[in-house]
Amino acid sequence: MTTPKRDFLHSLWDFFCSLKLTMFLLISLAVISIIGTVIPQGIPPQEYLAEISPAKIKLYKTLGFFDMYHSWWFILLLYLLTVNLIACSIKRLPHIWKIITEPVTLLGESLERSLANIATIKSPDEPVALKERIVTFLAAEFAAPVVTEADGAWHFFAQKTPWCRLSVYFVHLSVIIIFIGSMIGSLFGYKGFVNILEGETVSKVMLRSEKELDLGFSLRLDQFSVAKYANGAPKEFKSILTVLENGKPVPYYTNARVIVNDPLTYKGITFYQSSYGNAGNYFFTVSDLDGKHPVPLTVAGQSSANLPDGSSMHVLEATKDISQFSPGLSGPAAQVELHTADGKSESFVVYADYPDLNIQHAQQHGKGPVIHYKGAEERMYTGLQVAKDPGVEVVWLGCLLMVVGIYAAFFMSHRRIWVRLQDGTVTIGGNASKNHGAFQQVFEKLVDRLQAELTKEKNI
Amino acid sequence: MTSSLLFNVTTFTYLISMLAFFGFLASRTKVFGTAAMIAAYFGVLTQTIAIALRWKESYDMGVGHAPLSNLYESVVFFSWTIVLIYALLDIKYKYRVIGAFVMPFALLGMAWAQLGMNNAIEPLVPALQSNWLLYHVITCFLGYAAFAVACGISIMYLLKAGSEESADKSAGTTLLAIFPPIKVLDDLNYRAIMIGFPLLTLGIITGAAWANYAWGTYWSWDPKETWSLIVWFVYAAFLHARITKGWVGRRAAWLSIIGFAATIFCYLGVNLLLSGLHSYGGK
Repeated sequence: MTTPKRDFLHSLWDFFCSLKLTMFLLISLAVISIIGTVIPQGIPPQEYLAEISPAKIKLYKTLGFFDMYHSWWFILLLYLLTVNLIACSIKRLPHIWKIITEPVTLLGESLERSLANIATIKSPDEPVALKERIVTFLAAEFAAPVVTEADGAWHFFAQKTPWCRLSVYFVHLSVIIIFIGSMIGSLFGYKGFVNILEGETVSKVMLRSEKELDLGFSLRLDQFSVAKYANGAPKEFKSILTVLENGKPVPYYTNARVIVNDPLTYKGITFYQSSYGNAGNYFFTVSDLDGKHPVPLTVAGQSSANLPDGSSMHVLEATKDISQFSPGLSGPAAQVELHTADGKSESFVVYADYPDLNIQHAQQHGKGPVIHYKGAEERMYTGLQVAKDPGVEVVWLGCLLMVVGIYAAFFMSHRRIWVRLQDGTVTIGGNASKNHGAFQQVFEKLVDRLQAELTKEKNI
Repeated sequence: MTSSLLFNVTTFTYLISMLAFFGFLASRTKVFGTAAMIAAYFGVLTQTIAIALRWKESYDMGVGHAPLSNLYESVVFFSWTIVLIYALLDIKYKYRVIGAFVMPFALLGMAWAQLGMNNAIEPLVPALQSNWLLYHVITCFLGYAAFAVACGISIMYLLKAGSEESADKSAGTTLLAIFPPIKVLDDLNYRAIMIGFPLLTLGIITGAAWANYAWGTYWSWDPKETWSLIVWFVYAAFLHARITKGWVGRRAAWLSIIGFAATIFCYLGVNLLLSGLHSYGGK
């Protein structure tokens, strides 16, 4: 007698226990995840927004496509998968648990019929002597047996790695542990960013949530440097940092080296080398089209400066020696971006040692101003990622469990051997939870050796 | 002797191996199969020496690093792992003919690398200067290679299953006569993925560990990361398919092929078509 309500709960339970749901969820997650690899995630860049229609932008925003891995429908799928794997585990675990904790220790007729591997050996020896030999043999060659006497027969049961039947559930558990770790991280951890000028000290960092966080200590950039290979490719970005507590350097955290792939951790907060730049002033002169009436112009670091004719400019990149970029030329040069008063912008290179080239460029574009590069003062800043994630150990624990679990699930099996000794006949049966072919070979060898053991002449 | 020369020898040997496998398929003459296998073993041995030599050459140049740092080196390594996994399967299960469906992948990789890519040894950019590079790349590519082998086996499965269903004994079916029975192919497919899945899992975990160590974020939904997870989902589905009614056999073979297509997209498509962290240093 079941009420409709119970029926509904039953079918809901069956729904969550079904492997078809697992298949559906895994394939859906695989297909849906593609969206976020094609549509840029986070704040979409202007160039991308310019490419697609406003209607599309609105649609994508409504559907959460710009942050799809945190959208309610993606999270929902992950939750469904979690519920599904918990339900499947709960449904199947009691049966598996019984196999492990309450093994069938008697080799009865029905069990004998169900086993794929069965062999018999006849021996004229005394039952008591045989029993001892079988026990010794199994303990030495397989595993120590449980011996039971029933209905005038001796039954021996031995098993190997019964717990590996649980490995699938450990893998499922590991997924949940990883989810828990990531939740701890998002609740109690943070990610941020900080730029520090050489010689400067900071005690606050900007979080991704656009909030400022007080570190509780200070961090000073003593020096930043870039090392390069002979071919000009970057070899090392290096920040020398000092941690200060109440204005005093902390031992072991003084002049600490931070490079890419080698961060600094202090009080659970880790600083990662991420970017760098020059925040020093750039010096230019601005002249008329014929190169006359030069006026000095200073552009500070990343900011832009106004020119006499109403346009503005900022520096994209500067070098002390242009020859590595433009063979045939040499000396200092800067790549600048110029925004003219009529809303146009262009980016070009201006030189220190080639005023003619600067004039030529300006003339080609009609009117002035002519910009000449004069050099830069160097004041480097380092850009550091700042992160604290108390959930990360939990995630690694989950990963470890997953790897061990997958290994055990694929490469280990629960192997069982039953032996019955009755009226001088030894019946041996065995099975394995997986990899039956390999077990068959093990079983046959075991039977051969037992036969040799039980039928050999006594040497006394 | 230079590694470059040895890589050329490898490519040529894989070509011979593949042609001999095709000869074996067409003629069913055992000697072709043996020759193909010998060529494959010789090729993989040569390639092993070549990879070691390239490693040494980078140290001689003063920019020493494992040869796993750019697209060229990764394609070469991928092709090496494919033959390696196939050799392991051959030693254990001795179904030689599978080579006809696996060696083309290895040859394709080597030919593309040798003919279409710049093979200059370059210094390692700061982002790659870590021992994690070694663990991450080796586990990922061994996983990818196992999936390549599984894909080859799945194609054989579909061919054989198709011909058994149509049950017409034409010329096409005689070609398939030396294929292992479909039950064996189904089992081998599973065994190859059984090797690949744990390796891919390790590859993703070592990647996450490296990302966490270098940037403080173990997972950032970067396209490469996401695609590796997509591949993981597909093979997780494959593994669950085996215990689900109605998903065994043909559908499982298709999942394996789709899984390898996703793997290839994860490996190459993401770099060549999408943007992200794994730029292989060149654009």
